[in-house]
Amino acid sequence: MFQAILIAGFGGQGVLSTGQLLAYAGMLEGRHVAWIPSYGPEMRGGTANCGVTIADRPISSPVVSEPTTLIAMNRPSLEKFEPDVQPGGLILVNSSLIDIKARRTDVRVEYIKANELAEEIGNSKVANNIILGALLEITGVVSIDAVEESLRKVLPAHHHDLIPVNRRALELGRELMREKGTEKR
Amino acid sequence: MAKILMKGNEAIGEGAVRAGCRYFFGYPITPQSELPHYLAKRMPQVGGVYLQAESEVATINMVYGAAGAGARVMTSSSGPGISLMQEGISYVVGAELPCVIVNMMRGGPGLGNIAPAQSDYFQATRGGGHGDYRMIVLAPASVQEIIDLMQDAFDLADRYRNPVMLAGDGVLGQMMEPVELGEEKEVRIPPRPWAATGRTGGEKHLINSLYIVPEDLEKHNIRLAAKFAAMEKEEQRWEDYLAADAELVLVAFGTAARVCKAVVDRCRREGKAVGLIRPLTLWPFPVKAFQPLLATAAHFLTVEMSMGQMVEDVRLATRECRPVYFYGRCGGMLPVAGDVYAAVQKILAGGEAK
Amino acid sequence: MMQKVFTRPRTLKDVPTHYCPGCTHGIVHRLVAEAIDELNVFDRTIGVAPVGCSVFAYNYFDCDMYEASHGRAPAVATGIKRVLPDRVVFTYQGDGDLAAIGTGEVVHAAARGEKITVIFINNAIYAMTGGQMAPTTLIGQKTTTTPYGRDRELNGSPVKICEMLGVLDGAAYIARVSVHNPANVVKAKKAIKRAFEVQMAGHGFTLVEVLSACPTNWGLAPDEALRWLADNMVPYYPLGEYKAPEEI
Repeated sequence: MFQAILIAGFGGQGVLSTGQLLAYAGMLEGRHVAWIPSYGPEMRGGTANCGVTIADRPISSPVVSEPTTLIAMNRPSLEKFEPDVQPGGLILVNSSLIDIKARRTDVRVEYIKANELAEEIGNSKVANNIILGALLEITGVVSIDAVEESLRKVLPAHHHDLIPVNRRALELGRELMREKGTEKR
Repeated sequence: MAKILMKGNEAIGEGAVRAGCRYFFGYPITPQSELPHYLAKRMPQVGGVYLQAESEVATINMVYGAAGAGARVMTSSSGPGISLMQEGISYVVGAELPCVIVNMMRGGPGLGNIAPAQSDYFQATRGGGHGDYRMIVLAPASVQEIIDLMQDAFDLADRYRNPVMLAGDGVLGQMMEPVELGEEKEVRIPPRPWAATGRTGGEKHLINSLYIVPEDLEKHNIRLAAKFAAMEKEEQRWEDYLAADAELVLVAFGTAARVCKAVVDRCRREGKAVGLIRPLTLWPFPVKAFQPLLATAAHFLTVEMSMGQMVEDVRLATRECRPVYFYGRCGGMLPVAGDVYAAVQKILAGGEAK
Repeated sequence: MMQKVFTRPRTLKDVPTHYCPGCTHGIVHRLVAEAIDELNVFDRTIGVAPVGCSVFAYNYFDCDMYEASHGRAPAVATGIKRVLPDRVVFTYQGDGDLAAIGTGEVVHAAARGEKITVIFINNAIYAMTGGQMAPTTLIGQKTTTTPYGRDRELNGSPVKICEMLGVLDGAAYIARVSVHNPANVVKAKKAIKRAFEVQMAGHGFTLVEVLSACPTNWGLAPDEALRWLADNMVPYYPLGEYKAPEEI
């Protein structure tokens, strides 16, 4: 198993912390993991992306230059990183914020209206986890339980009341992909 | 013991604390700021001192004072700040004080940018300040290795009474990887009979780098040179990653070496005899690693996040009896595996690389 | 019976100094040493020498000593004091060292309230390097780099360190004294001793500026130099305590 996942969006969208969550979950499941950020000098509102590598052998390079999966949280990210995705890979598009389609035909592309869906379940901040849920369903890279366990570790105790809604978001993403009748790869 | 996920910069801090360092003097600069953030929180928990100075110039002189007073002490910065420290580092060497200096390298020259680079190699390995000196430069390539090397950094500084530099880059500082911290061990800091701590009934001690009489300074220089020679003999370190039977040997350190490992993996899967020498000590440069390879390797390719600095040491280590090629990205750009692979292909096919 | 009434302080080494005839460094060295002796802290005192004429102060003071790079003595002293808070730490710096290249270090040591004592020798000139203009050189004063006299338009005005540092909250004791006659030497001694006492009481940063003579670079005989100091420097650099804690 070798997954190199690039998560990209605006600063402040939770892109970096979503990546950390994923890496943490991979570590809890006994995988080799690496998380590497890249961002502009702005503290808020600039571009932000991070690469997460999860593998069952030592990770040679933590630098994600040819991702197996791209999670695009805004349009510039899709435009910038789409060409880098490995053939046969996966692109998850947050279609709440991206009004264009991916052009690649040699990768699987899923469009998820993550922001609207997050509002529907009562917390606009869990959009990332809806997409993460979709990623887990399609790739099986880590389990939802491991992500929930990671939330328990990375969130300060006074935010643990947010764990149920995050779990709900992960499950929603998973269900969306199941409804499409897709098979795990 | 369970693994925890840690940033490289934080690992430097935790590694230092576990090595018995209790004094940190620093000044903010990107991309190493997570380290001072970490130590500002951590030092008071272990009875240590974190002090933010007014400049890197002051920082290194505080280190000089603290080291002279017998403490395990460190500072950290990135390129521009390390440049400001050069005068002080020269004094630290002259006065034979142990300390650890961390440089999380960023793009230069000048203000450059805050993105990762390895372009301070010359400054680190040639002695960036004035005078005839050297210091051990350690180059970790993973967060776990940072933890392990911090202990060594302080021990080597003590062994030779000389500063030790830990040279990383922005990627290494900000990436997160699982680390095993292990049990916290009782640290035995070697006695410092030379420290100037107030006479308290003993001999007068002087912490000094001034030798006004040329005969005296020459003697001092010769004595220092003997230390540097001992370091060259005893302290060369490297990782040999499938290099023994390689037709083409990549040479890279730190983050660039991680990228090169991925290239080696790919080449080996395809049946190409490619390996990697990863220097852990940039100075002393691991010349010993290259001696056996001269009989087996046909080409060397140095990969750096600069316009080519370590490549000069590779040419010296191979005595130029094999072609040494160079591939680099700079200004904060990272070499990507695909491009390094293409360079390897070209060399193996007998083509010219740049 | 014969009684010894005047002797070398324990804190001074029994060696000849390299200072020029008429230079007042020797007097100030002695005052610092006497203060350390009288406070009975010789064994736990650490001094930091500067770059400048007093670069070899480490050979004259018999306590543990450090030689700092130019201007950085307060940073070095900070490192020492943070590691050894129960020691008495002083720096000895000239006007080029402290008021030009080392301005940042002394200001921030004062701002942090570092519990150290700075002995600041102001002789209005760079002496070791050949009599150039110092930040404290007076308007009109001739030096090798102000051959027509210091010009306010070109060089700005002399820096008043005590006035500057006195406004910082971290400064506990700031005083300016002179050594141009015996009465002032006695006052200087009191101020230096007081600075050490304030440091030892843990009140914060302490500094004593000592107006000093440099006959060699001023081009004056020793007695003329002392008169020049009294007539020209004292009016521009008023003597007295700029900051002092109420107790002690």
